[in-house]
Amino acid sequence: MAHSLDPQGAAVTASEIAPEGPLRTADGQPLARALARSQARARRQAFLLVLPLLLFVLITFVVPIGQMLQRSVKNDGFSANMPQISAWFAENPPGTEPDAAAWQALALDLQAAAEARSIGVVGTRINYDMPGTRSLFTSAGRQVRRGIEPPYREKLLEMDEDWADPQLWSVMRQASTPYTANFYLAAMDMTRDEAGNIVRVEEQQRVYLMLFMRTLWLSLLITFTTFVLGFPVAHLLATLPMRKSNLLMILVLLPFWTSLLVRTTAWMVLLQQQGVINDVFVWLGIINDSQRLQMIYNQTGTIIAMTHILLPFMILPLYSVMRTINPSYVRAARSLGATSWTAFRRIYFPQTLPGLGAGALLVFILAVGYYITPALVGGSSGQLISNLIAMHMTRTLNWSMAAALAAMLLGGVLILYWLYDRLVGIDNLKLG
Amino acid sequence: MALPKYASTTERIWHYTYLVLCGAIFFFLIAPIVVVIPLSFNAEPYFTFTDEMLAFDPEGYSLRWYDSLLTFGMANPDAPRDGSWWADAWANAKWIKAAKSSVIIGVFSTILATCLGTLAALGLSRPEMPYRRAIMAVLISPMIVPIIITATGMFFFYSNPCELLTWFGLSPQCGKLAGTYLGVILAHATLGIPFVIITVTATLVGFDQSLNRAAASLGANPRRTFFRITMPLILPGVISGALFAFVTSFDEVVAVLFIAGPDQQTIPRQMWNGIREQISPAILAVATLLVIFSIALLTTVELLRRRSEKLRGITPH
Repeated sequence: MAHSLDPQGAAVTASEIAPEGPLRTADGQPLARALARSQARARRQAFLLVLPLLLFVLITFVVPIGQMLQRSVKNDGFSANMPQISAWFAENPPGTEPDAAAWQALALDLQAAAEARSIGVVGTRINYDMPGTRSLFTSAGRQVRRGIEPPYREKLLEMDEDWADPQLWSVMRQASTPYTANFYLAAMDMTRDEAGNIVRVEEQQRVYLMLFMRTLWLSLLITFTTFVLGFPVAHLLATLPMRKSNLLMILVLLPFWTSLLVRTTAWMVLLQQQGVINDVFVWLGIINDSQRLQMIYNQTGTIIAMTHILLPFMILPLYSVMRTINPSYVRAARSLGATSWTAFRRIYFPQTLPGLGAGALLVFILAVGYYITPALVGGSSGQLISNLIAMHMTRTLNWSMAAALAAMLLGGVLILYWLYDRLVGIDNLKLG
Repeated sequence: MALPKYASTTERIWHYTYLVLCGAIFFFLIAPIVVVIPLSFNAEPYFTFTDEMLAFDPEGYSLRWYDSLLTFGMANPDAPRDGSWWADAWANAKWIKAAKSSVIIGVFSTILATCLGTLAALGLSRPEMPYRRAIMAVLISPMIVPIIITATGMFFFYSNPCELLTWFGLSPQCGKLAGTYLGVILAHATLGIPFVIITVTATLVGFDQSLNRAAASLGANPRRTFFRITMPLILPGVISGALFAFVTSFDEVVAVLFIAGPDQQTIPRQMWNGIREQISPAILAVATLLVIFSIALLTTVELLRRRSEKLRGITPH
């Protein structure tokens, strides 16, 4: 530490030496400049401490997400492997009937792709936009691998009449550039028709918007149930003497520290048809042995398990705000004639709003992105948007679609995160 | 919370209803975790209490599921239980291998996250730090962004980490991080960092900066000041942060599913497979062990928190 630059010490020295003119430090520099330099150095030092971690997070977290976003608009499966037909599409405006040159380009590209064994990639890319066409490409690839002679159009149509389908040509035109917004359109249950106009997909194929709505609705419901269950508990913890409330706090913190998979497993065990809860109901005579409740592998299972898992995230912020509420306000209200309900509604509840906002936002943010619990206890009706992303990543291998859905979810979460930072401040995020 | 003397009958009834309600909610919070423990000693392969168990008949209880944790995957599970049997279990039993992977990944990712995170927290809690809020938001975001999105991004990045350099016009060749211990450790360190940042910055809020100035004025250089003054005072917070990071890694399954190879079979991944394929009470035995583990962690963190408050001169309640 350079003590000569210590602003306070310097000021004293300077005022002793030079009582007139601008203040100077011991070594004769103007004080303002010395101060600015020392502050800049302090800023640099602070920044250097943060820099390694910032770089680490940028490389291992921000860049991967950037790559994912890039993948949601970029898919060169067709354009990179079918160069000639892609060039033809670039030269001719939309709506041009495929001419002899187009058929030749298509046939030669198919042959080249079949030889390079990339025909599957091409077919998969077209299949994303027009389901059922992958085999069209792979079977054509098998037949043209040995070579194909003119007339190309007739030869291809002989293999399969679908090659003349205007819809197929429209889809190939869209795939002929590496960048496309089609995956975002598909994520909103929309597609392009033959003329390239954006239209909604058929009724029975609309899944994504429904899943987004379901995710929103279930997250809201779970946020509400955590509020209903968390509010009284947080209030009790905040008003009990510290010794007792610390003991009861363990009951909140233990689930918080317990593995997510353990808690999900516990609910699977409890909610099963042959599980403990149904057994208790049968034993109490509430239900018959033959009519055991189906409480798992549906939305009920998702809601119960997620409420339990996210409840501590509601209780903890509520508790820390309620601790600071002065009880004499409520007493004053009562002494002025308010009923206990009025005192609660008009005096106590408004003071808990900061904690309620923090807890509700946090629970909602965590709920919209939940994956593990819905995947294990949700069945098919309790799946959320995250599960669909995972399905596209691991089963259908439509990674661009997964990336587009993930980008939309990410956008929503980031808006909520920004809101959380504005309203609560991330500094106030507390754990336990 | 005592009821005042002037409370009316309605208020009394309401008060006791409220207490019962709170009791029920506490029961809801804790019961699922507690129920798992006795069920893991079930002698039958059921997920409910058998009549023998309810009658506290010793016949109804057994350690068979704990035993199956050891024997599952062993080369010779039926051999006599001597030294070589235990060696076999140590080398081949799937759950033991999973525990080893989990510990390796957990320890190294925790060290990485704690070192980088503590340094950054020190910088972030200095008043001179520029762009503090924005940088903090970026560093906390791995906790907020849904894990499925993080895992998706990591899947693309880790399978070809050099793709990044192609943006700059380079085309280097390098191996992939997916399927390696290093990849999973880096991923888990990223996920654990927010917890370290939050706990350590919270500890530093109560840290008296004049202690550092005092050390400096007495002639200590910055490094000595850090290790002799700052570090001992913030150590409880750092250890809590490290425990959070460790738990995050120890409990993480989605990133492991996406980027780990067959060698990095961790406990959560093994549990995930067990639950998805055929759930057996052996899962409950693992769950019980993990619950005991979390009780131990919770106790440690609570003790550390009290110690930290004492060190910082905040009177414990």
